Amino acid sequence: MAEIRNYTINFGPQHPAAHGVLRLVLELDGEVIERADPHVGLLHRGTEKLAETKTFLQSVPYMDRLDYMSMMVNEHAYCMAIEKLVGIQVPERAQYIRVMFDEITRILNHLLWLGTHALDIGAMTVFLYAFREREDLMDVYEAVSGARMHAAYYRPGGVYRDLPDRMPHYQANQRQNEADIRRLNENRQGSVLDFLEDFSKRFFGYVDEYETLLTDNRIWKQRTVGIAVIDPERAKALGFTGPMLRGSGIAWDLRKMQPYEVYDRMDFEIPVGRTGDCYDRYLVRMEEMRQSNRIIQQCVAWLKKNPGPVIVEDHKIAPPSRVGMKSNMEELIHHFKLFTEGMHVPEGEAYAAVEHPKGEFGVYMISDGANKPYRLKLRAPGFSHLAGLDELSRGHMIADVVAIIGTLDIVFGDIDR
Amino acid sequence: MPITPETLLQRVQELLGDKIVKSGVALDEATIEVAPQDWHEIALALRDDTGLAFDLMMDLCGVDYSTYQDGARDGKRFAVVLHLLSIKRNHRLRVRTFCADDELPILASLVEVWPAVNWFEREAFDLYGIIFDGHPDLRRILTDYGFIGHPFRKDFPISGHVEMRYDPELKRVVYQPVSIEPREVTPRIVREDQYGDVGQRGKA
Repeated sequence: MAEIRNYTINFGPQHPAAHGVLRLVLELDGEVIERADPHVGLLHRGTEKLAETKTFLQSVPYMDRLDYMSMMVNEHAYCMAIEKLVGIQVPERAQYIRVMFDEITRILNHLLWLGTHALDIGAMTVFLYAFREREDLMDVYEAVSGARMHAAYYRPGGVYRDLPDRMPHYQANQRQNEADIRRLNENRQGSVLDFLEDFSKRFFGYVDEYETLLTDNRIWKQRTVGIAVIDPERAKALGFTGPMLRGSGIAWDLRKMQPYEVYDRMDFEIPVGRTGDCYDRYLVRMEEMRQSNRIIQQCVAWLKKNPGPVIVEDHKIAPPSRVGMKSNMEELIHHFKLFTEGMHVPEGEAYAAVEHPKGEFGVYMISDGANKPYRLKLRAPGFSHLAGLDELSRGHMIADVVAIIGTLDIVFGDIDR
Repeated sequence: MPITPETLLQRVQELLGDKIVKSGVALDEATIEVAPQDWHEIALALRDDTGLAFDLMMDLCGVDYSTYQDGARDGKRFAVVLHLLSIKRNHRLRVRTFCADDELPILASLVEVWPAVNWFEREAFDLYGIIFDGHPDLRRILTDYGFIGHPFRKDFPISGHVEMRYDPELKRVVYQPVSIEPREVTPRIVREDQYGDVGQRGKA
């Protein structure tokens, strides 16, 4: 009789389905996975250590680069930790803007997840559809912050600036004629809020469109139903949060349970799954996009009616206006001190958590009263999820690993930090 | 409706009694400090008590307190901070302990209490050199294979000790001592209490 031996293979670090730089050592018995050992850290940049050498404000752009698929939500948790330590109240309009952009970011993240997850298990079309809508939302990012991804828009005390009155237009170029440009600019005639309103009206239809491609698709179901089933107790023990936990039927969402900013005034629902497999998590995330869209609509309606300041007036935390800075000696000194020495955060420690698209993103900050954090710990949701990969993939076929990595929704920016 | 951190702290004190070295509520967060030898026992008690029911281990991290306020602080160097969440009861607690030995910080592993802690302990070991006794697989996690030192300790320079480059003669990647000078653009300054009267806490 022939001798049968297990063998180990390397999955990644450069594998398109590894969603970044994941080296996965798989121990296989034939095609069945006996053990999966993820090796992470290939993208470790030491963000937490770097933050210890930077002033509080200088670390904001680092947060974008953590989970580089949900940039503003990372900034949100970081700013909330500082605001908690300092004890400042963010202006109401800024809170609405933050909530709106958190939800825009959630849609951005889920769209990317949907596109790549489907692409990994063999559906090409969804990817193209999802990226079409991402384009619109990234234009909104660009309109408010000047950057399509790494926005650095949230600041301790509010947001960098108010929403612009004009949505940028497409310009004529060699590839597109006048008629094309006119058609593209049709919904960009008003302000950013008008553009978002138009988008949120269209978006419900788009989500239905994605669902027609996948939800009843036989291949999609064969690849996801009954894969990586996790029961609620085990999901909690493994530290899962976000859609990974809700997919197993636990209705836990920080936006509802421990509301921050103005989430308690929003009308939305938390979708939960039943079986805790990849398909349920897919359904949960699809529904979350619809709910996010509802929240965006509510925020747009409020923001249109209520103008106001978007960052605190305290110039020890937020810079003075440019006009003030150029015409007033005291404002100039404030500006200079804020951008050279930076703000001083009172001694203490705080943990601020937000409902990140992937789960709970927490920032634990210790300040010793200096102009830099003493210790910054970032609690990334993907870190716990990836740690559960071994358990989720045992006994599955090698092709299912790709589906499981997809359903975990991992991004290495926040796992490796 | 979740209970207030003060009520939570009171319940934790009732459960743990004199095992708590220090406790307090600050910024709406309850914190307890415990002795390192009780670490495992307290974790179990906090998880299994039906009234507290900390079913989710949110975060575990190491902290190096050696340069806190530029060295003005006495006490042990390495702390491990645990953030717990109860989904059942909707409250959070922070638990901190200081490792007894500064040279060789050792603490009991909590892998059996919350399996989620596995990678977090590996991370604290990797970055701070804190050893978790009883951990089944205490390997480095974030740093490179064959990395020397614990990079998040305060005495580890931000630029590291070695750098990597491709050697065309040897036709492979080689390590060599770092050639860059660390520089500090903005100096670190600890100001007196309530400097600048920042925010609400400064005024209180």
